[in-house]
Amino acid sequence: MADSVPVDSTAKLAIERQSTTAVAVWRWAATAALIAVAVVLPFTLSNYQVFQLTQVMIYAIAVLGLNILTGYNGQISLGHGGFFAAGAYTAAILMHRYGVPYWATLPAAALVCFALGVLFGLPALRFEGPYLALVTLAMAVAMPQLLKYFDNWTGGKQGLVLTKPLPPADLGIDRDRWLYLFVLVVLLLAIRIAANLLNGRTGRAFVAIRDHPIAAAAMGINTARYKTLAFGTSTLFTGVAGALAAIVIGFVAPESFTLFLSLSFLIGSAVGGIATIGGAIIGGFFIEFVPNVANDISDAAPWAIYGLALLLVMYVMPRGVVGTLGPWLGQAIANFGSARRAAK
Amino acid sequence: MKAKQMMVTGLCIAGLMLAGNAVYAAGQYGPGVTDTEIKIGNTNPYSGPASSYGINGKVHAAFFNMINEKGGINGRKINYISRDDSYSPPKTVEQARQLVEQDKVFLMFAPLGTPSNMAIHGYLNESKVPQLFVATGADQWNDPKHFPWTMMFLPSYGIESHIYANYILKNLPNAKIAVLYQNDDYGKDYLNGLRAGLGDKAAKMIVATQSYETTDPTVDQQVVALQGSGADVLLTAAIPKFAAQTVRKVYDIGWKPTHFLNSVGNSVGLVMKPAGLEKGVGIISATYHKDPTDPQWQETPEYKEWAAFMNKYGLSGSLADSQAVIGYSYAQALVEVLKMCGDNLTRENVMKQAASLHNLKLPMLLPGITLNTSADDFDPIKQMQLEKFDGTTWKVFGEVISGSGT
Repeated sequence: MADSVPVDSTAKLAIERQSTTAVAVWRWAATAALIAVAVVLPFTLSNYQVFQLTQVMIYAIAVLGLNILTGYNGQISLGHGGFFAAGAYTAAILMHRYGVPYWATLPAAALVCFALGVLFGLPALRFEGPYLALVTLAMAVAMPQLLKYFDNWTGGKQGLVLTKPLPPADLGIDRDRWLYLFVLVVLLLAIRIAANLLNGRTGRAFVAIRDHPIAAAAMGINTARYKTLAFGTSTLFTGVAGALAAIVIGFVAPESFTLFLSLSFLIGSAVGGIATIGGAIIGGFFIEFVPNVANDISDAAPWAIYGLALLLVMYVMPRGVVGTLGPWLGQAIANFGSARRAAK
Repeated sequence: MKAKQMMVTGLCIAGLMLAGNAVYAAGQYGPGVTDTEIKIGNTNPYSGPASSYGINGKVHAAFFNMINEKGGINGRKINYISRDDSYSPPKTVEQARQLVEQDKVFLMFAPLGTPSNMAIHGYLNESKVPQLFVATGADQWNDPKHFPWTMMFLPSYGIESHIYANYILKNLPNAKIAVLYQNDDYGKDYLNGLRAGLGDKAAKMIVATQSYETTDPTVDQQVVALQGSGADVLLTAAIPKFAAQTVRKVYDIGWKPTHFLNSVGNSVGLVMKPAGLEKGVGIISATYHKDPTDPQWQETPEYKEWAAFMNKYGLSGSLADSQAVIGYSYAQALVEVLKMCGDNLTRENVMKQAASLHNLKLPMLLPGITLNTSADDFDPIKQMQLEKFDGTTWKVFGEVISGSGT
């Protein structure tokens, strides 16, 4: 009896290890399948639908940036539309004034928006919750007017018209599908980087600061440094999304970046699940499609329908779609696994 | 034998040609057109910061309903699909693509707003889809050489300025002109229009120019500098905020030039009232449509017909809104162009017909103003009538003046 205990526990450990490997394999296969679907999908859809999905992915990257800040680090931003605009204009000015190729504008937009975010994050250290939201709101409301002010660079209210990029000639696909694949690659990279960051030491520090800043500081986390880092990383993602938007739309103007855009990001983030990575994609779908669907249901009061849809989602899934379904799905998979082992 | 063969061949060809003609007679259609329907796409800001302009789209829809109730155009009903873009350029691109690629509309009619039209300008021209009668006024839209699928409607800024120049040449031939303009494309359209209108006299007559940035707090300094030039005519090309400042400053420093104020900045509510109504008496501006609040039109059959239409289609709340008059005129112009196309409803033919308007009258435009276009002139309205501010409202005076393109 006594010596059977270690044997038993070893066996149990082995089974557990086996099942975690099994889950990892499943997860890997599911991811691969999803990516395969995402790559094949545009070739089964019309150009317009491909364009819409491209928009979805761009919004998803922007929302992912907001999730890092709001979901993982607990800092609310109403100003991410402003950083999205900064990224868009960085790309637009580089392409329009300096003839920089479109793909080369992404690192520049990332750098500019990271720097902006860090600069913005420093004073934001003194504010929390609703006060921080108001500070960031300043960014969102000021941006369209700042863009008009520096009209030598930004083209003022006329905006800047960009030449839409052509696909590599030997690939034999059209522009919409090429841009879709280009944005897909950026999205996958963004998810990968976000996952690495958030599932590691930095992510744990972000979450610790969100959950209990004093305890986090007591554990030796440099809260100021990590909060600023969260801000910079977040605006970097959103800025890259803005640059992609400028490239895909082929035009930027101050009217493209109103306060409502910032609100849309926050809504998309909440609908998908603020402290998730996958939720960003759901958020992208919500931002892109729900206003259109609402418009099709009623042209008289589309925003009432939009509000209703928002209420419904938040009521049924208060932690967002992925925030609610994710754990439930995980539990279901685990149950399924143990049931199968029990059957054996 | 050879002759017989030739005759047979000839007959065959003749037969084919007849057959071909028979096919054409049933109608030659572009996308979005059938024997019973013409699909028209539009974007308008029904929500968002510029939603007050959304009345344009509502008036179009009501007008096309009325046309359909009367049997349509050559038996074809207009299926007008107007989508909300909230005045956001990326949304305009998306909506326009949906209209063109999913709804498969025949043409894009009167998309509203400068940034919105800029955003779809390239796309529609690349896809060879008419961007017919854009609802915006900058000179750059009239560029048939580079953008053969885009046509204006409103008199461009340059044309308005040209009209002031024509009036000055005729009535104030010894004028010394000062110009205050906004330092961007819009302001420069006015300055260039004036120069073009004055022709070789421009260099002599324009004695001073001053510009302002939209970020300047005031234009007081510029106004004082212009007065110092000894000018006796002032042309102000400014948006409402700066137009109001100019009207006030000119009065306050005791300068009494003949003052021309561009139509962009002549709103009674936004400019004349804030400046002080008495300070604006005698200022001259220009217009092309009937002001629905002006009593002199309200007894005319044209106004009554418009008002009856507005009331019948539930738009009686907008009877004082000039935008409703403008939207009405746009819709009428489109119906005229579609009628001119007959059964040849291809996108090419629509642009061809739209580019061959000749003295087309529209009931709610000022008497004497007609629409004229040609293959190298895509700005239909090139005439305006001057109006003078009497301390409460603008009163049109004199004749309709035409200004050619710049």
